[in-house]
Amino acid sequence: MPHDHHEHLSPSGHPFRADNDVPLTYWQAMEIAVRELLIEKGVTTAAEIAAQIDTMDARTPSNGAAVVARFWTDPAFRDAMRADASVATRAMGYDIGPMKLIAVESTADLHNIVVCTLCSCYPRNLLGLPPDWYKSRAYRARTVREPRSVLAEFGVVLPASTQVRVHDSTADMRYIVIPARPAGTQDWTQDALAALVTRDSMIGTGLAKSPEALA
Amino acid sequence: MSEQVRIRPDMPPGHIRTPAYLRGKVGVIERTLGPFANPEQLAYRRNGEPLPLHRVRFTMAEVWGAHAETPTDTIEAEIYAHWLEPV
Repeated sequence: MPHDHHEHLSPSGHPFRADNDVPLTYWQAMEIAVRELLIEKGVTTAAEIAAQIDTMDARTPSNGAAVVARFWTDPAFRDAMRADASVATRAMGYDIGPMKLIAVESTADLHNIVVCTLCSCYPRNLLGLPPDWYKSRAYRARTVREPRSVLAEFGVVLPASTQVRVHDSTADMRYIVIPARPAGTQDWTQDALAALVTRDSMIGTGLAKSPEALA
Repeated sequence: MSEQVRIRPDMPPGHIRTPAYLRGKVGVIERTLGPFANPEQLAYRRNGEPLPLHRVRFTMAEVWGAHAETPTDTIEAEIYAHWLEPV
């Protein structure tokens, strides 16, 4: 009886959520202590830290979508991405810092999917922060063991003729998937194509949208 | 490039970036990157020895044996040179 009047229910009829009045964890307290010491000793400033957070928050999957759309349409850029994706994305105007990037190309015959089994390595300097599930133990453990089952749960069912290739991002490199270009988009502009490129399609847990899906 | 390599089957303590599920498995070098500083030393504030970093490709059949979901699917990981031995 979710909409009965009751003291434990909010006016919307749902239970009130408990406040998170819990003590800081050891590492939360450590982070605050180190940050305050760095500011106190003049190593950095609160403004610099806020600016860095703003820079990271400004990075979104739309950056990657523009890269993918250009990869699909601009042969010289495609060659540059194959030669060195870090150099090519920087030249396109993205501040990716020291990130070392590899672009892996999916086709009808090969589907790439990215995971970091050891932690949560992700091309965040291009795409922004990863989705929460990317860091979950279930995604990390299962993607290397049963990628097709994981893909099916994301709604991607691949034919047996398509090889699945899992990229375990274990060390210095970061990976962006270039999803297969949807059929029926031959004459599309880069901006129009970019609207087909989802975050998940650049992780490999999704495909680029079809023109019909966009309509 | 299709040089066959085996990942050392060792299980040392410390900060190791060679996934345990790949140790002892045989793959082929897909490409070589680096050199990059050895993270096993960097993690303990020592100077990291510059090492080649190899992207090694394995079949699911090699990694998971009879439990492989699809034996011909593949997995690639970055492995530092000192973890590889010739087959």
